Amino acid sequence: MEKMPKWADVVLIPLISLLLAAALSALVILGIGEDPIEAVKTMITGALGSTYGWGYTLYYATNFLFTGLAVSVAYHAGLFNIGGEGQAMLGGLGVALICLFIPWPHWSIALIVAAIAAGLFGAAWAAIPAYLQAKRGSHVVITTIMFNFIAFSVLNYMLVNVLKPQGAMDPATARFPEAIHLPSLHEILLPLGINFSKSAPANVSLLVAIAACFVVWLLIWRTWLGHEIRAFGKSESGARYAGMSPLKITMIAMLISGALCGMMAINNVMGEAERLVLNSTEGAGFIGIAVALMGRNHPFGVFLAALLFGFLYQGGAELALWSSIPRELIVVIQALVILFTGALDNMVRMPLEKLFIAVRKEKA
Amino acid sequence: MSLMKSLMGAAAAIAVTAGTAFADPAVIFDLGGKFDKSFNEAAYNGAKRWADETGGTFREIELQSEAQREQALRRFAEAGSNPVITMGFGMADPLSSVAPDYPDTKFVAIDVNWLDGENLRQVSFAEHEGSYLVGMMAAMASKSDTVGFIGGMDIPLIRHFACGYAQGAKAVNPDITVVANMTGTTPAAWNDPVKGSELTKAQISQGADVVYAAAGGTGVGVLQTAADEGILSIGVDSNQNHLHPGKVLTSMLKRVDVAVYEAMKAGTDLETGKFTMGLAEEGVGYALDDNNAPLVSADMKAAVDAAREQIIKGELNVASYYADNSCPALSF
Repeated sequence: MEKMPKWADVVLIPLISLLLAAALSALVILGIGEDPIEAVKTMITGALGSTYGWGYTLYYATNFLFTGLAVSVAYHAGLFNIGGEGQAMLGGLGVALICLFIPWPHWSIALIVAAIAAGLFGAAWAAIPAYLQAKRGSHVVITTIMFNFIAFSVLNYMLVNVLKPQGAMDPATARFPEAIHLPSLHEILLPLGINFSKSAPANVSLLVAIAACFVVWLLIWRTWLGHEIRAFGKSESGARYAGMSPLKITMIAMLISGALCGMMAINNVMGEAERLVLNSTEGAGFIGIAVALMGRNHPFGVFLAALLFGFLYQGGAELALWSSIPRELIVVIQALVILFTGALDNMVRMPLEKLFIAVRKEKA
Repeated sequence: MSLMKSLMGAAAAIAVTAGTAFADPAVIFDLGGKFDKSFNEAAYNGAKRWADETGGTFREIELQSEAQREQALRRFAEAGSNPVITMGFGMADPLSSVAPDYPDTKFVAIDVNWLDGENLRQVSFAEHEGSYLVGMMAAMASKSDTVGFIGGMDIPLIRHFACGYAQGAKAVNPDITVVANMTGTTPAAWNDPVKGSELTKAQISQGADVVYAAAGGTGVGVLQTAADEGILSIGVDSNQNHLHPGKVLTSMLKRVDVAVYEAMKAGTDLETGKFTMGLAEEGVGYALDDNNAPLVSADMKAAVDAAREQIIKGELNVASYYADNSCPALSF
């Protein structure tokens, strides 16, 4: 089977998908009587026009980096981890427990321990579906979705009945102590002479997320384990024949995936909110799927896609603030981008592939 | 011609907003959404009344998730909106961290009264007093001697409503049964009309023939089901009598609209501090209009108005759930 050139696969298809989504979104905005060009301007200046906007865009991108990497690691092993949302929630619980009940002398130590705890909680939440998949053949897609609901209920129970301070109304934990406040980009960049917005939530976890990109790349393409994961994902029977253990690979891939999702909590729970609230994940677990698909499951692609979705999230929030476009329609616009870049990939790919083949034949 | 006109209009609008933009008030609606027919809608009505009367404009956002609260606050404060009006207790914690960063901006917190801050105006309501009155009416209208209460999210505030309601009902009829249910334990409970409807059916099967919904958008389902099943209901926050004329006994008014209107009217000269709006301040009350007039008998009105006077004079004390986190008339 002939293939189209790599640059078309990596650049052209996402770009066309994105343009299609943008065109459809413009129609939606026109349909409710608003100006689409004005809306795009609001989104761009709001998300990229100031260090404040960048701060939020990067903050959201950090979340999507973790979940996007998580989905791609599982994907390389042929597993579709839809449970990122639940794993990130549990990661948040781990971070909250570590931050609330242990008095840390310095944020750096707290960050390391909290990241480990978040990873362990997230991995534990992925372990059960992984085991059921490997041992019992219960499909991981179904079980991870179900575990999202269980995670939400667990978090709900913990917040309402255990962690909520006495007399408080909203289901949230107390604030974490001042000592473990993670340095924001403002505090990191100030010594370098860059005056980054003070009120933006992007923080040191962004650097952790970028480091995680590199580690995942090393793992998948430069280690024996990564080789096993990829081999297993490409052909299970082939991997089995080569003497690899399906149980071991399924478990390890899902545990890494769950740990990455859980680690997102150092950004949204420890870095931004500095307390655990319900729905702190804001759907990042699901966005991670779109990010991984769009990024072609390569860490660098995931990085770019995470930036794009960070822009969409922050741009959407700005749209909600400064225009009269109702919040439901902003979700529609974000969903259209996910639909085109994630789910309807083949809609663009197939005609494009045909086109390339036809052009090539003509030349030949 | 018309193009020219709209261009001129746009130019004029820009000129006007350019002059006043720095002091536009802003409203942050809570998760129920601004058209919840209840709590948030009351705020919207107050803001709209201000805009209609003064010709001013205000900024607004409907929150989509908990995590947006702080972002919305900071964004409005940085854009120069003043005052920034927030709805619901969920804004208390974000306010406590954001407000000190913007000392020149005044923040209004509706349903909050426990924060410290120079630039905060905290408005809370004596919901138990208003609920007491509608509780009396429910007991007088009930033929089965069973009345129902459906709360939104199970928090002290909603128990506070339920407690006043039960006390009012029991003041009329000491043997009355009060059935109380909560929709949920998360903010989603403010916007779940389907569950509200199910709970109403469950309460009807337990004999309730008047139900009081203190549940934000969830109440829409309660009122609908009550009307469908032929029993009476009581609305909350906004006047909801018109939703099902002749089927809604009354509504417990919580004048969030007045609080928002007054805050916007005062603008940057807004007085800060803690304010409680009770019966005396007409911050709470019961709704009487053409839609429910046939349901409210002269006796009922006389009894309720008498109780209202007594509460205002201090002769009648409605126990508050907040006092010791328990209710003398109802156990949860």
